[in-house]
Amino acid sequence: MDQALISELKRQGVITIGLETLYNWGRSNSIWPLGFGLACCAIEMIAASMARFDLARFGAEVFRPSPRQADLMIVAGTVTKKMAPQVVRLYNQMPEPKYVIAMGACAISGGPFKQGYNVLKGVDRFLPVDVHIPGCPPRPEALIHALMTLQRIISGQKLTGPDRPRHLRTDAPAEYPVPTHGAHDLEPARNSSLWRPLKITREA
Amino acid sequence: MVDFAQPENAFKPGLPGAAEPACRVVPKYSDQGEREGDWLEISMGPQHPSTHGVFRMDLVLEGETVIRLKPVFGYLHRNHEKIAEQTTYLSSMPYTDRLDYFCSMTNNWAYALAVEKLAGLQVPERAEYIRIITAELTRLQNHACLMGFLMQDLGAMGTPLMYAFREREKILDLFEALSGARMMCNYMRFGGCRIDLPPGWLEQTRRLVADFPRFLDEFEALLTGNEIVMARLQGVGALSRELAINAGISGPMLRASGVNYDIRKVDQYGIYNRFEFRVPLGAHGDCYDRFMLRLLEMRESLRILEPALKDIPSGPIIDARAKLRNFKPRPGEAYGRIEAPKGELGFYLVSDGSANPYRYRVRPPSLINLTILEDLCLGQKVADVVIILGSVDIVLGEVDR
Repeated sequence: MDQALISELKRQGVITIGLETLYNWGRSNSIWPLGFGLACCAIEMIAASMARFDLARFGAEVFRPSPRQADLMIVAGTVTKKMAPQVVRLYNQMPEPKYVIAMGACAISGGPFKQGYNVLKGVDRFLPVDVHIPGCPPRPEALIHALMTLQRIISGQKLTGPDRPRHLRTDAPAEYPVPTHGAHDLEPARNSSLWRPLKITREA
Repeated sequence: MVDFAQPENAFKPGLPGAAEPACRVVPKYSDQGEREGDWLEISMGPQHPSTHGVFRMDLVLEGETVIRLKPVFGYLHRNHEKIAEQTTYLSSMPYTDRLDYFCSMTNNWAYALAVEKLAGLQVPERAEYIRIITAELTRLQNHACLMGFLMQDLGAMGTPLMYAFREREKILDLFEALSGARMMCNYMRFGGCRIDLPPGWLEQTRRLVADFPRFLDEFEALLTGNEIVMARLQGVGALSRELAINAGISGPMLRASGVNYDIRKVDQYGIYNRFEFRVPLGAHGDCYDRFMLRLLEMRESLRILEPALKDIPSGPIIDARAKLRNFKPRPGEAYGRIEAPKGELGFYLVSDGSANPYRYRVRPPSLINLTILEDLCLGQKVADVVIILGSVDIVLGEVDR
């Protein structure tokens, strides 16, 4: 449509909008997180949904107790090796489109407990993380910033073409294999199709 | 069907003997044996909105009645003790924040107390006052949040928890001004505190303490006489005095069962002997008593805070002999304990003269208060299990460590 027609329609009280923009606008402003607290960061997550920080301003205050009703998993706290299979299973139970925020140092990399024998060194070994929030624990403002970052990611997504989001592609997996407890570690210890370890590049 | 009239199946609500095995109600229960009647085995958790974190309960139900409950721990086991044995004494201090992540100040204090006993450090007067003020503020926010969460478990989604978090944010603002962090304060040091109070902090705290009774009055008006709260809490999860003592229960749970045992009074650690406060006691030991007891304890905390904020002297905040670097206490062992908001929090340390503790052991009140969960829940309805769990006041960071 040419701009003259759009402005003519707008003058007559008709708003024209692309389906993609409308779809993304609706999705990005009603992200329902899973009420899923693991450790210390969960308290800051709760604080973010309370009156002072008021996550409801961003349409994300509806914490759902069931993964079947949630769009966003906020991994708030230390994921231990005992808990990791359950975290992946919860993610698999969420309907598409779904997103993951890794909240806090523990969820990103194991954080202060990284040297512990029972601590998963980053939830991105098993789940596709969209936004990482550093901090131990991150302030509620940081969680709000992460949510706004996620909203920006969602509203920039193309519904067609090669870079369309995961839930619209047929080649992307809808769920990820749940690790089991092996003799010494989780089996497998990481999802190697997903996890991209940080490469250290040195200049010559 | 389990015949409760049979003597071997006798069900005695409220009077469980501690010497009896925990599964006494269903002696015939076994995984292999033939089951009688319609039993439903359900796994509650680790992802459950009312388990206060990642905690699992294996329940066996007969209808809606709980006939067996097996707690499953370890979903948040973060190797706190082993990590502490591999690092220096001081670098364990931030890890103690993350034990009971509601009450970092009291965790710091208990650990500092144990190390001070080990190294023979004296705490200056001003630091003792600061410790008492921060610990009682911690107690206020912990109890307020606990009641908010308990009400949320009852189904009062939002409002009481919102009110509690409103007060909590005010206290966290004070902690942030003091230590730079909202939750993980890392404020105490061996022989004192890290930094002195910022300007205007005492004035702000006095205002908060003066305003706090208004919140308590509002909370009491909303909740204590509320018909639903009374119907759901009274007579639910009664803990007898004998079992509470035998199982090593401490803190508000013990006092709700009518045992007059408050470490602030018994040990008089710090300078608690200078303050006048009463120890509220419960009569029935049920959830309602535990709920009310925390309300009353908050009022007593305010009675400690008022004179402490008035009398705080000036002076140094840390023992001049305290060494932050190359700190090696003499060989020996020490146990430091305080009355944390959840109960007796103790740190047991064994030193071999090196920079790291040889053994580092935490006595977490949440874990030990949780051991009697089955005794509290047997014979109750499954809907009451979340309330009983909520009234025990656990934090999984401390249970699993």
